Amino acid sequence: MENTQFILYEEEYKKINEIILRLAREANAKFVFLVDKNGQLIAHCGDTEDIDTTSLASLTAGNIAATSGLAKLLGEKEFSVLFHEGERDNIHITLIGERIILVVVFDHRSSLGLVRLRVKKASQELKKIFDELTEKIQKEMQAEELESPFSEITDEDIENLFSE
Amino acid sequence: MSFINYAAREINCKIVYYGPGLGGKTTNLQYIYDKTNPKSKGKMISLATETERTLFFDFLPLNLGEIKGFKVRFHLYTVPGQVFYDASRKLILKGVDGIVFVADSQIERMDANIESFENMIGNLEEQGYTIKSVPYVIQYNKRDLPNAAPVDEMKKELNKDNVPDFEAIAIKGTGVFDTLKAVTKLVLIDLKRKTGA
Repeated sequence: MENTQFILYEEEYKKINEIILRLAREANAKFVFLVDKNGQLIAHCGDTEDIDTTSLASLTAGNIAATSGLAKLLGEKEFSVLFHEGERDNIHITLIGERIILVVVFDHRSSLGLVRLRVKKASQELKKIFDELTEKIQKEMQAEELESPFSEITDEDIENLFSE
Repeated sequence: MSFINYAAREINCKIVYYGPGLGGKTTNLQYIYDKTNPKSKGKMISLATETERTLFFDFLPLNLGEIKGFKVRFHLYTVPGQVFYDASRKLILKGVDGIVFVADSQIERMDANIESFENMIGNLEEQGYTIKSVPYVIQYNKRDLPNAAPVDEMKKELNKDNVPDFEAIAIKGTGVFDTLKAVTKLVLIDLKRKTGA
């Protein structure tokens, strides 16, 4: 499953955004984002304007990857929650299912307890959406109905990317 | 494993630069970073030791433009080349869409090239891929050095599958973009094949 393509449709994207928006509000977080285990940013909300979200996503995935490497060495399946405490900001990272990482950044206006509580609820909701999404993608793949903007690309399209 | 986001109209792919230590993987990324229009690139991240050896990975996000109204983004990663960082290499290969194998042309590094190539095949298999299923290209780097092995000999050892290969002097930029272009092309063609009707 891990090697199948990951596709996000408008419908699920909306639902996901609603959940993380609510999470950010209820947990008093600075910002919240979702990353897939390969480091691709899926969605984000909150005060991310001055933040390099692409780098943040990639480093989070690296962090989770290294931690799960550690877990395996110790005979654990996974360390599903990580917490980094800073002087000003803190990062709370949770694994959702096998593929998605939920990151909450918060400061003194919130607390670890509150974040954990809110994350727990949001994780369950997100897991449901991603499980359904995975099922949907797999079904479409099996039925060969997967529509992709790439099924009709031409050599010219590819060549054009490099023409500038 | 590419990521197609219909909501944001984006396609993201992951390219990994693999190869023996001190072969020039980071140098490739650094050159691409230096020569790319600031609008088309994100920040380059290097998780390196104090002596500038890659510890975990380098990361460079690139925007290539648009295809069919979708933004095409490539995330370039390097692995740490040194033999004892194998656990990290495995992690970075996860979800890979295409590989550049950067070989060191110096004749005394030939064994290291072969070892790294075999290590790559092994690690890919552990992740459930085969070398035949992942698009890849080979770069023979450091062609300017006096002790460079003949290209034919390197081909014989490393390019048995006859994939696109390039001579390069990464530090001067020679061959760097040719290599990148070739691998992105292969990845996009592969994506087309996988999702095509």
